[in-house]
Amino acid sequence: MRDALAARRRGTEVALGALVVIVIVGAYVLVYLAENPALPRDLGGLAAAMLGLFAAAHLAVRRFAPRADPTLLPLAALLNGIGFVMITRLDRDRAAADALGPAQAVWTAVGIAAFVVVLVVVRDSRGLARYRYTFLLLGLAALMLPLVPGVGQEVYGARLWAKVGPVTFQPGEAAKVLLVVFFAAYLVEKRELLASGTRRLGRLHLPDPKHLGPLLVPWLASILIMVQEKDLGSSLMFFAVFVAMLYIATARSAYLLAGLLLFLGGAVTAYQLFGHVQVRVSTWLDPWPVAQGKGYQLVQSLFAFGTGGVAGTGLGLGSPGKIPQVSTDFIFSAIGEELGLVGTVAVVTAFILLVGSGIRIAVRSERDFPKLLAAGLAITIGLQAFVIMGGVTRMIPLTGITLPFVSYGGSSLVANYVALALLLRIADESNRHARPARGRARTPAPVPARSP
Amino acid sequence: MNRTLRRAGIAVTILLLAVIGQLTYLQVVAADRLADDPRNVRRLTRDFSRPRGDIVTSDGVIVAHSVPSHDELVYRRVYPEGPLYAQVGGYQSFVFGNTGVEATYNDPLVGRDARLQLRNVRDLLTGRPQTGTVVLSLSDQVQRVARDALAGQRGSVVALDVASGGVVALYSNPTFDPNVMTSHDFAAVQGAFDLLRADPANPALARAYRETYPPGSTFKTVTASVALRTGTATPETEFPVLTSLPLPQSTTSISNFGREACGGTLFVSFTRSCNTTFARLGLELGDRFVPGMSRFGIGLAPPLDVRPGAVESTGPAPGSFRQNQPAFAMAGIGQGPDLRVTPLEMALVAAGIANQGTIMRPHVVAEIRDYQRRVVSRTRPSRWLTATDPATAAEVTKMMISVVSDPRGTGTAARIPGVSVAGKTGTAETGPDANPHAWFIAFAPAEAPRFAVAVLVEHGGNRGSEATGGRVAAPIARAVLQAALALPAGS
Repeated sequence: MRDALAARRRGTEVALGALVVIVIVGAYVLVYLAENPALPRDLGGLAAAMLGLFAAAHLAVRRFAPRADPTLLPLAALLNGIGFVMITRLDRDRAAADALGPAQAVWTAVGIAAFVVVLVVVRDSRGLARYRYTFLLLGLAALMLPLVPGVGQEVYGARLWAKVGPVTFQPGEAAKVLLVVFFAAYLVEKRELLASGTRRLGRLHLPDPKHLGPLLVPWLASILIMVQEKDLGSSLMFFAVFVAMLYIATARSAYLLAGLLLFLGGAVTAYQLFGHVQVRVSTWLDPWPVAQGKGYQLVQSLFAFGTGGVAGTGLGLGSPGKIPQVSTDFIFSAIGEELGLVGTVAVVTAFILLVGSGIRIAVRSERDFPKLLAAGLAITIGLQAFVIMGGVTRMIPLTGITLPFVSYGGSSLVANYVALALLLRIADESNRHARPARGRARTPAPVPARSP
Repeated sequence: MNRTLRRAGIAVTILLLAVIGQLTYLQVVAADRLADDPRNVRRLTRDFSRPRGDIVTSDGVIVAHSVPSHDELVYRRVYPEGPLYAQVGGYQSFVFGNTGVEATYNDPLVGRDARLQLRNVRDLLTGRPQTGTVVLSLSDQVQRVARDALAGQRGSVVALDVASGGVVALYSNPTFDPNVMTSHDFAAVQGAFDLLRADPANPALARAYRETYPPGSTFKTVTASVALRTGTATPETEFPVLTSLPLPQSTTSISNFGREACGGTLFVSFTRSCNTTFARLGLELGDRFVPGMSRFGIGLAPPLDVRPGAVESTGPAPGSFRQNQPAFAMAGIGQGPDLRVTPLEMALVAAGIANQGTIMRPHVVAEIRDYQRRVVSRTRPSRWLTATDPATAAEVTKMMISVVSDPRGTGTAARIPGVSVAGKTGTAETGPDANPHAWFIAFAPAEAPRFAVAVLVEHGGNRGSEATGGRVAAPIARAVLQAALALPAGS
C-alpha cells in the first residue's frame, strides 16, 4: 500500500465486506431454518465462496484502484447477496431442474471476474473515449440482436433475449453500459456546440433545430426498441439517462423540456398505437378489476408488500412464489413480503448510497469525460432501480426490467459489475489527482493557473 | 458541470425517496387492508400451515380443533360436534375464507395476538405453541337441549345470560356440517358450498341472527314498555273490549286472535295478548314509538362477535306517523311490512326487561386462554343499550309473569315447577297463504333473572296452521330455560 488514504479506504472496504458476508450468511441460514431443524450443510461452502469472491474483488481494487471509494463494492455485494438469498429461497417453489440459485452463483462469479478484468484492462478511463464509435456500434448491435431471426427469443411478449449456442442472454444490459460510455464521450466532444447553439425565445433558450439531432436519434432508437422489442422499461431508461447526461453536459434546461415533450409525445403515441401499452397503463391506474387477469402479477405484488408489513413474515415464511416472475422483475416484492418495510427501505437506501457515491465520484473527477461517464453510470443504476421498484409498488406503470445486482439474470449482473468497476476506476483517478491538492493545503505554494 | 450533476443526483435520489414513501403507504398505511383482502391468500396459507388453538364450550366440549393433514397445508380443521355449532363457531375454509368465531378470533387462535405473545416470550424462544384457546360462553348442555327441543322444525333458539350478555345457546335449523368446508380437496369444498347454496332450505343461513321475521305479539313487550315509560298508559289503564279495531287512513281493521272480544286493563290485555289494545297503543304513541323501539335495538345491528355479523332489525321510519298511521297500529302488535326482527334481537329485548332495562352487549366468546389453559383475557360485560328504566322493566316483568302464570295467559306451556317464568307469546302472520310463525320470549327466574331466551318456529313447524306461540314455541323455551337454570350460578 502506497499511501495512508488508500490503506484507510481499503481497510474500510474489508470491514464493510465482512459485515455484508455475515449478514448474507445469516440470512441464508434463516431461509434454511424456516424449513429444517438444522444448519444447511452447504453453509461452509457458501461462506467460503462469498468470502473468496469478495476477496478477489477487493484484492483487484487494492492492486489496481487503491484510492477508490470503499463503499461501492460492499454495497453491490450486499444487494447481490440479498438477491442471491432470495433467489435460492424462491427455488423452493420451483422444480429442482429449474433452480436458479446455482446459476446466479455462477453468474456472480462471472460478474466479479468481469469486474476484475475491467479494473486490469482499463487503466485510464480517458482511453475509453477513443473507442466511442466502436462502443456505439457494439451497443446498437447488442440492442438489435434480439431482433435477428434465429438469435432473438421472445419471452413473455418481450423480445429481449438472444440465444447464441447454449447461452441465453439479454444484450440490452450490455448495451446499457456501452451506450453510456458513448454518450459521455460524444457529449463531452460536442458540449460547447450543444450548449451555445441556442435561440432565445422570451426567457427560454431553445436549442438550434440542427442540434436537436443528437436528441432525436436516441429518441427514435428508444422508440424503435419499444416497438420492436416491446421493452418499455429499457426504452424509458435509455432515453431518460441520455436526456439527463445531455442536461448535465450542457446545463441547458431547454433540453430537459424538449426531452420531456418528446417523451410525452412518444408515450402518448405508443399508448394509442399499442395494446400492450394501454394494458400496462390501465392496470397501473386500477389493477383491482383485473386482479385475476392482466393485473394478477401487480395485485399479487401489492399483496406481498401489504402482507409483509413493517417487519415482514420472516425469510422463508411468506408466499412470494405466488407472483409470476418473482425471481427477476418482482424480486423486490419478495423482499417486501419476507423482510418487510425494514428490508425494502434497506434496499432502497443501498441504491441511494450507490447513486450518491457515484455522483460524488463524478463531482470530484476533474476531467469532463470521466465525470460525465461516472454520472451516467450512477444515474443508470439509480433510474433502473427506480423504474422497477416504482413499477412493482404501483408508483408508475409496470415495465419489466431487472433490479440491478438483486434480480436473477447473468447479463444484468455482469453489466452492473462492469459499470461498478468503471466507477471505481474513475474514483481512483480523481483521488490520485486530489492528492496534490492536499499537499498544497499543507504547504502553501504558488498555484499554477488551471486551464478551464 | 458540477452544478447540473448535483441536481441530477438529487433528482434521482428524490425518485428513490419517493419509492420509500410508496413503500410506507403499502407496508404501513394500507398493510392490513392488503393483507386481509379476500383475494390475498398469503395470511390464510400461513394460518393453515401452523397449529391453531381449540374452540371449546364453557363446559369444556371441543367445538373445533386442528389435526395434522400430511399435505401442503399441514393442518386440517375438525369440528367434532358437526352441525351443532356451525352458526357460532363457523369454519376455517381455505377456499371461502373463515366465518363465525373462526373469523373474529382468528388472531388469538393462530397466536397472532400481543397478549398471548407477551405472556409467552419464553415460549417464543423455546418454540412452544403460541396458539390461544377460545372459550365460548355457550354451554354444550343448553345447546343440545335447544337442538333437541326444536326437533328438526325450521327455526331458531337464542339463550342469553342477562347480566353479562353472554350467549348460552344459539342454534338454528336447518344447519350444516362445517367439516365439509375445511377439506383440502378444494373441488369437494366448492361442490359442498354449491350444494348448500342451492338448497332451498338455505342451511348455511344463520337464521338466529342473519334472518328477520315479523315479531308478532312478542313485540307487545316493547309496545308496553314504551307506553309505560312515556306515560301514555299505566298497567291499570282501561281499554275497550273489542273484537276488531278499524285502522285510520285505511279500509282494513285489526282483529283479535280467533276474532274474540278482548280488552280491559293494559295488564289484562297483555296477559291475553289483545291486538285491539296494542294496535290502539301504537296509534297513541305515534311518533314517540320509533325512538322507543330504537332504544330496544330496532334499527340497529347487535354487535355480536361473529363474522358475518348480526343483521339489523327494522321498524317504521322515524317521523312517518302522519303519513302512515296503519303501520304504527300494526307495529303495536308486532306486525306490518316495516317491522322485521331477528330472533337474537327478541332475545335481547327479553334480556333487557330482565336486566332492569339495560341490554348488555351480546357475545359468544367468554375468554381466551393460552395453551396451558391460563386465562389471557376475559370478555368484560358492557352495556349495549338502555332500553328502558328499572321501574318500567319491573312493571313489564309483572305482566310477563302473568302471561305464564295466569290461567287465561297465552304462555302457560312455559311454566317450570318451582321457578317463576316471565314470558310473551307471539303468533306472527306471514301472509294469506302461509302459516304464522310461532314465537316465544321469556326469562327466568322472574324475581332474579339469570337467563333470557327467544324461540322462533317458522310457519308453525309441525303444527302448521294449528300453531300458536304458546303451543309450539313456549315448550321449547321452557326446556332451554330449564337446562340453563341447571348450570352452576356464576359460570
